[in-house]
Amino acid sequence: MRIIVQEAPFDFGQQAQAFASGRQNMGAIVTFTGVVRDDASGALTAMEIEHYPGMTEAALTAIANDACARWSLGDVLILHRYGRLTPGEMIMMVATAARHRRDAFEAAEFLMDYLKSRAPFWKREVTAEGASWVAAKDEDEAALDRW
Amino acid sequence: MNVLYFAWVRERIGVPSESVETQAATVNDLVEELRAREDRYAAAFADTSALRVAVDQELTDFDAPLAGVKEVAFFPPMTGG
Repeated sequence: MRIIVQEAPFDFGQQAQAFASGRQNMGAIVTFTGVVRDDASGALTAMEIEHYPGMTEAALTAIANDACARWSLGDVLILHRYGRLTPGEMIMMVATAARHRRDAFEAAEFLMDYLKSRAPFWKREVTAEGASWVAAKDEDEAALDRW
Repeated sequence: MNVLYFAWVRERIGVPSESVETQAATVNDLVEELRAREDRYAAAFADTSALRVAVDQELTDFDAPLAGVKEVAFFPPMTGG
């Protein structure tokens, strides 16, 4: 299991390749990548991500451990950035390795649902008009109920 | 104990962290003490249903006990991913 919290950009291809390579008993590798989205094109200057050093790593590790307890997984990677990001930049990725694809897909969705509202990150959108904190969505909280 | 604030809670209170001398038995008691201090605290803690709390870096509830606790953090609902 690898938990990485960093400010610097990451190379998705390199991370995915490193995660997937050298496994002979894992039939399925699933990856998900989150990207800074500008809904009204050109309006978003940046996305600033604040986090709680120490608790962030502990919370992500706990979420990954939960996933390993619930599905048959060979490995888990969670990588999440903080700091100032611009539209199109990759914010985070998760990867799961399992013998079968169902475990890999479901665990990846579980990881995403939990790290949206249980890992201590806060997003702030910066536009030409000013900056505002992104409000948590009820649907993100509701998404946890299905697990 | 060390008290930390994140996101708009940090902005309203004006500092990211501070050392607080308190005999508060629970998180709710600590919130009451902070609210009574100054307007900026009262503003930040006006509606605790809009806040989350972590005690020694673990998410918990506002009725959590504080005996032996080193660090309490207040923040809005998280928006990771």
